[in-house]
Amino acid sequence: MSVIGITFGNSTSSIAVATQDGKVDVIANPDGDRFIPSALSYVGGDEYHGTQAEARLIRNPDSTIVNFRDFIGKQFDEVDTTAAHQVGAKAVKGPQGEVAYEITKNGNPETVTVHEIAKRHFINLKLAAEDFTGKDVEGVVLTVPTNFTEHQREELTKIAEDAGLKTLQLINEPTAALLAHLSTEEEKLAQDKLYVVADFGGIRSDAAVISARGGILTILATAHEFGLGGDKLDAALSEYFAKEFEKKYKANPRSNARSIAKLKAESIVVKKTLSNVQSSTCSIESLAEGFDFHTSINRLRYELAARQPLSEMTAFVEKVIKKAELDPLDVDEVLLVGGAANTPKLATNISYLFPESTKIVAPSLDSKALDPSELVVRGAALQASLVEQFDESEIKESLQPIVVNTQHLSKPIGIKDAEGNFHSILVAETAYPIKKSIEVTNGESTSVVVELYEGKRTIKETVIEPEAADAEDSEEEDSDEEPEIKREVVYEAGDLLAELTLKNLKPNAKLEVIINITQNGVLHLSGRELKQGAIAIKGEVQPSA
Amino acid sequence: MSIVLPSGSGDSFKAVNKYSAAVRRPIEPVGRYFLAHASRTLRGHTWSEFEKLEAERNVKQVEEDEDDDLGDEEQSEELLAHDPREWKTANLYAVLGLSHLRWKATEDQIRRAHRKQVLKHHPDKKSAAGGLDQDGFFKIIQKAFEIMLDPIKRRQYDSVDTDNDPKPPSAKTKYDFFEVWGPIFESEGRFSVKQPVPALGGLDATKEQVDEFYGFMNKFESWKTFEFKDEDVPDDTANRDHKRYIERKNIATRKKLKQEDNKRFIELVERAYSEDPRIKMFKDQAKKEKAAKKWEREAGSRKAAEEEAAKKAAEEEAAKKAAEAEASKKADSKKAKEAAKAAKKKNKRSVRNSAKDNDYFGDAGKASDIDADIELLLEKFDDVKLGEVAAKVKDADAAGVKAALSEVVAELVGAGSLQASYLKYFSA
Ligand SMILES: Nc1ncnc2c1ncn2[C@@H]1O[C@H](COP(=O)(O)OP(=O)(O)OP(=O)(O)O)[C@@H](O)[C@H]1O
Ligand SMILES: [Mg+2]
Repeated sequence: MSVIGITFGNSTSSIAVATQDGKVDVIANPDGDRFIPSALSYVGGDEYHGTQAEARLIRNPDSTIVNFRDFIGKQFDEVDTTAAHQVGAKAVKGPQGEVAYEITKNGNPETVTVHEIAKRHFINLKLAAEDFTGKDVEGVVLTVPTNFTEHQREELTKIAEDAGLKTLQLINEPTAALLAHLSTEEEKLAQDKLYVVADFGGIRSDAAVISARGGILTILATAHEFGLGGDKLDAALSEYFAKEFEKKYKANPRSNARSIAKLKAESIVVKKTLSNVQSSTCSIESLAEGFDFHTSINRLRYELAARQPLSEMTAFVEKVIKKAELDPLDVDEVLLVGGAANTPKLATNISYLFPESTKIVAPSLDSKALDPSELVVRGAALQASLVEQFDESEIKESLQPIVVNTQHLSKPIGIKDAEGNFHSILVAETAYPIKKSIEVTNGESTSVVVELYEGKRTIKETVIEPEAADAEDSEEEDSDEEPEIKREVVYEAGDLLAELTLKNLKPNAKLEVIINITQNGVLHLSGRELKQGAIAIKGEVQPSA
Repeated sequence: MSIVLPSGSGDSFKAVNKYSAAVRRPIEPVGRYFLAHASRTLRGHTWSEFEKLEAERNVKQVEEDEDDDLGDEEQSEELLAHDPREWKTANLYAVLGLSHLRWKATEDQIRRAHRKQVLKHHPDKKSAAGGLDQDGFFKIIQKAFEIMLDPIKRRQYDSVDTDNDPKPPSAKTKYDFFEVWGPIFESEGRFSVKQPVPALGGLDATKEQVDEFYGFMNKFESWKTFEFKDEDVPDDTANRDHKRYIERKNIATRKKLKQEDNKRFIELVERAYSEDPRIKMFKDQAKKEKAAKKWEREAGSRKAAEEEAAKKAAEEEAAKKAAEAEASKKADSKKAKEAAKAAKKKNKRSVRNSAKDNDYFGDAGKASDIDADIELLLEKFDDVKLGEVAAKVKDADAAGVKAALSEVVAELVGAGSLQASYLKYFSA
C-alpha cells in the first residue's frame, strides 16, 4: 500500500512517491517514461497510451486524443475546441453537453466523453505506479491549475475514483512546485520570502505570485495564458525547417497533415536536444513528396526562430507581478516550472526582468535546481506522504474555510532601532494567528522604548559610481555612459502603533520582543528582559475594521 | 549583531494607532506548517455555523470567477415577506437568487448561491445588524436548499416550476414562428426522458430534420411528476382513514395533473405543427413534386399524342394549303383558258378576216375558196400556230397576209398534217 502524487497536464502526466524522510522518486511507466504524454489512441481494437499513443498522431490522428485535461468538467459550448493545438481526434458535443471525441473503435464510430478518456488515462497511470512500486495505490494527491473551478475539481475527483484512485487531496500546481523546491533545503520553507512560480507547459502558461510566511504559503496573484507554451516553440521550429526544406526541394511540407505531424514530432525532439546541447541534427524520412530531410541546427538559430514565443513568455512573467501590484524588486525568487522551462534562453530572458538580488531557479542558471518538469509531481508526492497519516475526515476538516481563509497583514509590522531604522518582525501578507519574537538589546541605556510601527514601502535608489578605472579608457568609453542606479525596496517606519517601555536594565542586556496576533485579530505585544524572574510588559493593539 | 532599541522612558505601554485592516485570503493547504496551523485553528475551538460562513465572506480570491455574482439577485419585498408555512408557493429559485438559471443551475451553483443567501439572511447576521429578528425567509432559504440538493425533490419542484417558461403566443397574433417556438421546445425538452432532444431548427432545416423533430415530439415522454402539488398528509395517526383518504386523493390528483400536462403538450405540438411554415412548404413542395412526377410518368404517351396531334395538324394544314393552292390554280387556269379562248377567238377572227380585209388579195372571185381554205387551216392550227399566224397577219398588207398564209400551208402540208388536195385556193 502506498500513497502517490500525480500531476495530470494537458501535455504530460507524472507519478511520484515520497518516503517519510522526504526522498522523492519520479516513477517511469513500463515504456520507461517519467513524463508520460497525456494521450490515448484507439486503433483496431487496441488502446495505446502515453508515448505510443502520441506517436499515433502521425498515422492515426483521427483516433488519437490529446490535450483534453482542461476540458474536464466543462460544457462543449463554453470551451474553444478549435484552437490551433487541438490536433488529433475531433472534439464534439457529448450526450450531456460535455466535451467528447469522435473516434473509430473496431471499425465503428464511437463517441467517448472526456470523463471516459481521462478515466482511461488514470487507469493507465495507476497501473504504471503499481507496476513500479509493486504495491497497491492507496491514495493520491492530485494537482490542478489554480483556475480549475470547484466543479472541475469535483469532476476530476470523480474521474480518479472511477479509475480506482482515492483522492486524498487536490492541490494547486504552483504550490506543489514551490513546496518541492522549498523542501530541498532544511527550513527553506520557513523563510519569509516572495516567490514567482512560472509554469511553461505545452499549451498553456501559468504563473503565480506566492508569499511564504512562517511556512504558510499564500497565492497573491495568478495569470494564465492559453495557447502559449512549448507547442509554440515547436511551431516556430517546424516553420524554420519547413522553409529550409522548401528551399532545398521546392516541395511544401505544410500541405498535408501527415507531413505537418512528422515535422512537429521531430521539432519536439530537436527542441529538447537544444535545451541540453548547442546543436542538434534533424532528420525526417519522406517528409514530403518522397524527399527525406536531413539538416542540423544550432541553439542560436533556434532561439532566433522562436524569438516571438520566448518573448511572450517573458512578458507573461511581468504580467503576473503587475497583477499582484508588485515590482520585480519585491520578488526574492523565481521558480521556473514545466517542460518548456528547460529552455535556457527562457531562463536568461526572465533573469533580465529582475535585479541581481532575485534568484532565478532554472537548471540552466543553477545546477542545483531540480528538473522543472518534475517539480509539480514532487510536491504532490511530498504532500501525499504528509497527509497519509490522517484519515479522510481529518483532511476534510482541515480544508474548511474557517481554517483556510485566514487574515493576512496588509503592511509589515516592526520596530525602530536607536538609529531610526525600521526592522520588520511580521512582513506584509503574514497570515494570522501568528506569534513571532526577536531578540534585541538596550545598548548603554537603562531604559528603552519598543516603538511598534507599521512599515512603509519605499524604493531606495543608489547611484553606483563607476569604479575608478584607468584614465585612458575611462575618457573615451565611460564619458557618455549613464551612471548605474541600484534600486531596492526598503521599509521605513510609517504609523506608530504602540510604545512599550522597558526600564531598569543593565547595559547590553538581552531583551525579547514578542508579537502575537490571535485569531480575532488582536495584536498582543510584549517585551521582557531575558533573565530569570523578569516580568514581561504587555499591551494590545486592535486592527482597524 | 542584535538591534539596539532607542532609549526613552514613559508609560510602560501605550497603544497609539490601530494597525491596517487585514485581507482575508485562502492559504495553501500544503506542507507541515499548514498542518500545524490547521490543528491550532481547530483544536479547542468549536466554530458556530455562522462563524464558519463568515470565514467564507470577503475572501480575496485571485482567480476571476466567471459567475462571482451568483446569487446576488435581490429578492422582492413580497418574497422576503412570504409566509414560511406556505414555502411551497414561493419561487424557490428566486429564494436562492437563481431565477435566471432555474433548472439549469448546477449543484455547485446552488451551493454557492445558497451560501450567499445564508450570509445575507442568517438570523444571527440580521440581529447583529440591529435588524428585526426575522427568520421566516431564512427558513424558506433552507427549505429551498434542501429541495434543490435532493435530485428527486428537485425534479418534483422543476416539474411544476413552469410559470416562467416561454409560452406560445395567442392564436391570432402575428409572430416569427422560430423565434417563438424554438425557446418553447427547448424549455419543454428538459422534461424529456429521452435525451438529447432534437431542436426545432430553422427555415433551412431539411425535411428529414423536421420529420425527426415532430416524430420525437409526437412520441414525447415526459418525466414530470406532480408530488409537489400534494396536499400535506396529516401525520396524526388517530385518524387513519382521513390520512388514507388524503393519500389516495393525492395519487389521483397527480395522475390527473399528469394527464392534463400530457394533453397540454400534445396540443402544443399539434399547434406548432399546424403553424410551422416548413410543413406548409414541404406540403406544397410535395404537391409540386407529385405533379412533376405524374408529368414525367406520362411523358411517353404524352409525347406520342403530342406528335400525333402535331402530325395531324401539319397534315391538315398541308391539306388546307394544297386545297387552297389547287383552288387558286384552278381559278388561274380557268381565267387563262378563258383568256386563251378569247385570244383564240380573236386570233381566229383576225386570221379569218385577214383575207377578206385585204380584198382576198385581189382575187375576190375566189373569195369563197379562200375562206374555205382559211377555215380548213384554222381547224388544223394548234393554239401556238394560231397565235403565230394571227400575229403575222395582224398588221400585214395583202401580199403579207397571202405570203404568211401560203407559208403556213406549205408548213402544214410539209408536216403532213394537211392534205394539199383539200385546198382550193392555196397550193403547197
Ligand atoms: N527538455 C525540454 N526542453 C524544452 N522543452 C521541453 C523539454 N521537455 C519537455 N518540453 C516541452 O514542455 C512541454 C510540456 O510541458 P509540461 O509537461 O509541463 O506540460 P503540461 O503541464 O502537461 O501541459 P499544459 O501546460 O499544456 O497543460 C512540451 O511542449 C514539451 O515539448
Ligand atoms: Mg502544466
